[in-house]
Amino acid sequence: MRILLVLGIVLAFGAIRLPIERHLAAAHHQHRFRTTEFNLSLREQIGQLGFIAALSGFRSLVADVLFIQAHVAWERTEWGRVLLLFRQVTTLQPRSILFWDMAAWHMAWNASVAALNDPSQPRQALRVKAQREYFALGKDFLERGIRNNPDRPQLYESLGRLYRDKYHDHEHAAEYFAEAAEHPDAPSYDKRFAAYELSYCEGREREAYAHLHALYLAGKNERLPTLITRLKFLEGKLNIPPGERIPDQPAAQK
Amino acid sequence: MAFKMIEQRHRVFSLGRVTAIAGNTLTELTRQKVFYGVLVFALLLIGTSGFMAQLSFQQEFQVLKDVSLGAMSIFISLLAIVGPARLLAQEIEDRTIYTILAKPVSRFEYLLGKLIGILLLLAISLVLMSAFFLSMLYLREQTVLRETAPQLANLPLPQMNDTLRTIRASAFNANLLPAIVVIYFKGCLLASLTLFISTFATTNIFTIFVMVFIYFIGHLQAMARDYWLQEKGMGWLAHVFLAFVALIFPDLQAFNLVDDAVAGAVIPLALFLKTALLGGFYTTIYLLLAATVFYGKEL
Repeated sequence: MRILLVLGIVLAFGAIRLPIERHLAAAHHQHRFRTTEFNLSLREQIGQLGFIAALSGFRSLVADVLFIQAHVAWERTEWGRVLLLFRQVTTLQPRSILFWDMAAWHMAWNASVAALNDPSQPRQALRVKAQREYFALGKDFLERGIRNNPDRPQLYESLGRLYRDKYHDHEHAAEYFAEAAEHPDAPSYDKRFAAYELSYCEGREREAYAHLHALYLAGKNERLPTLITRLKFLEGKLNIPPGERIPDQPAAQK
Repeated sequence: MAFKMIEQRHRVFSLGRVTAIAGNTLTELTRQKVFYGVLVFALLLIGTSGFMAQLSFQQEFQVLKDVSLGAMSIFISLLAIVGPARLLAQEIEDRTIYTILAKPVSRFEYLLGKLIGILLLLAISLVLMSAFFLSMLYLREQTVLRETAPQLANLPLPQMNDTLRTIRASAFNANLLPAIVVIYFKGCLLASLTLFISTFATTNIFTIFVMVFIYFIGHLQAMARDYWLQEKGMGWLAHVFLAFVALIFPDLQAFNLVDDAVAGAVIPLALFLKTALLGGFYTTIYLLLAATVFYGKEL
């Protein structure tokens, strides 16, 4: 009789807490907690033991172990393995900026260079193609990272850097640096980087000049050599009247 | 007359009696070798986490925090299962339970005292581990700052400040503290549930086995619940099975906020309070269930 009573209480308790748990889970998802999806694909990726560990509340630890393995694979220049491991790491810990950033860096900077200089591939066209594929993989990591962490500036900045250094696409680079700069905890240089990149965009010189000039007026700390150089370049290109131009030897350079 | 006076003085519930049992339980638990074994292992793991990955500073801090907080979560869960699992069975075996319950101590007071004793042990262990972890983090942060300082000497002031801010943000993050407290709530839930299981279990090994299964299934409960409530096209057997899992087992994933907090995610106060309330709700209900079973238990 008592057993039935206890079972009844357990079930009644379960029914009472069900909406509370669902509400809490929804609140967690809304704040981007517990976003990792445990499914067969992840199970195949990380193996049975890792899957059980991740399910038991140690996904962060599993992600770290895989991350260290990825680091070892990178030292051995096993790019395929690096990619696979970083996919697992970022699936397990999608809120870690570091993992997305490192994954993108390995793909777009390290693996792409290795592909371009691959001695086993005699055809340059194929080497360049492989290089572009690694750029795209790096970009994909950063874009997915941003989707998982839209509230933090670091990955916008990294994507801006990738567009600037790898694709030489100044328009997109400026766009992402500007997005990074809009976040309250963004480093101060993001705003400058956005303006620098804009200054390289054909047809947007006037806009770039306005940004750079505003930064110049913001104070001595902003008057860095690159900013002065770009501003001088735009003054010449836009035929700014001599009276409105910045001094030839700005205070910061004296 | 004297009997009447004694009866008047005896209260149905006395905080003094509960405190005495709790103090006694805490002393008893701290005398168990398993407690020191678990604590030493946890501190060793936290201590060595700094050497596990000699990577760049951001990666090093991330690994240090993940390993340390993972160790804290594992060992608190272990203590919350192993500690209470032994209590009742041991007391029945040693026959000390008869001495206590022969006195005017209700079975609820006895269980509550035991639970509070265990929760105090968990709190002390967590404070010790947290203090050690935060010291490790602080020491690593200072080392990294010392090593980085000469490289920053030639940078303009804003850039230097940005770099220093990045290093500090990678090391200590105030969000780690609520995440650590959530580990404690999970420990409370597990301790209370273990106490409940131990009221009808015959041996402590059985309790530990059952709790290990509950621990794993509890982490899957959220998936079972969502599947049960959202998936319409499954058979009745699967439906009943998933409903059983969702209604019987606790949702332990709700207390795994530490993974995201390590990654820098902010735990809003409302979310923290809701999680705390759920933890308190679970702990209370399992204690009441334990009392219900324990009242009917023949000793």
